[in-house]
Amino acid sequence: MNDPCAHCEEMMQPYLDHVLTDAEMAEAERHLDECEPCRRRYRFEESLRVYVRKAAAEQMSPELRRKLAALRIPLE
Amino acid sequence: MALAGTVDHVDAEPEEAQRLAAEARDRVRFEEDALALSDQVYRVARHIANSREDADELVQETYARAFRSWRQFQPGTNLRAWLLRILTNLNIDRGRRQQRAPQMQPLEANDYFLYDRLAENGDGVSDEDRVVERLSQDDIVAALSAVPHDFRDVIVLVDLGDFSYQDAAQILDIPVGTVMSRLHRGRRILKRELAESALEEGT
Repeated sequence: MNDPCAHCEEMMQPYLDHVLTDAEMAEAERHLDECEPCRRRYRFEESLRVYVRKAAAEQMSPELRRKLAALRIPLE
Repeated sequence: MALAGTVDHVDAEPEEAQRLAAEARDRVRFEEDALALSDQVYRVARHIANSREDADELVQETYARAFRSWRQFQPGTNLRAWLLRILTNLNIDRGRRQQRAPQMQPLEANDYFLYDRLAENGDGVSDEDRVVERLSQDDIVAALSAVPHDFRDVIVLVDLGDFSYQDAAQILDIPVGTVMSRLHRGRRILKRELAESALEEGT
């Protein structure tokens, strides 16, 4: 038995990475249009990625920035 | 013709000086371009390294090496990827990738278990953005650092650093297929770690 939701799940990561072919993309979207649970899960995965990115973004310290600039090789 | 010959002769010395001046200009531009990318390099380095202190050192070593070997960079190619390649190599050379024991637990069979777990504890909350917010920033940083290095490096480059699969493959010197499989597995490991911390907090 071919489970469309299982197939949709397999396409989720490549879909969000934008590496599906146009035909696969259209196939995923056709299923998402009619399947709310899959749609929710895709949306969750997408917001998770954005959230992880934001949470993981740390600024370097001003001190490190100064140290990096000081590593430049002086002109003779 | 005689005139041109004279000019050539007169310019022999300045030509060398001009060459040196042009090289100095190229080098200054290289250094400025590299420094302009330092925020982006740091953002990736922070999670490739095991701690903030390690990341600071790693980024300094990377820039010191980049400034010394700037001639090896081919103008017009991806400078950010070039810097990250130096950084990941240094990280391996310095033995900073203390490898944890390989993860023996089997991974969840599907990609949705984190969502399912968070959603089932969520009093019927239906907004996916709010479901995500049940995870704290600390949960995420801790979960990332719990992902073994081989997987984490790929996640950090692709998901935090916006590198393509191809760039990540070049930076880490592994085939693109390996990038894809590590990414796939790594994201599941990350979600398992997040699910565990969410569960511990009883949220």
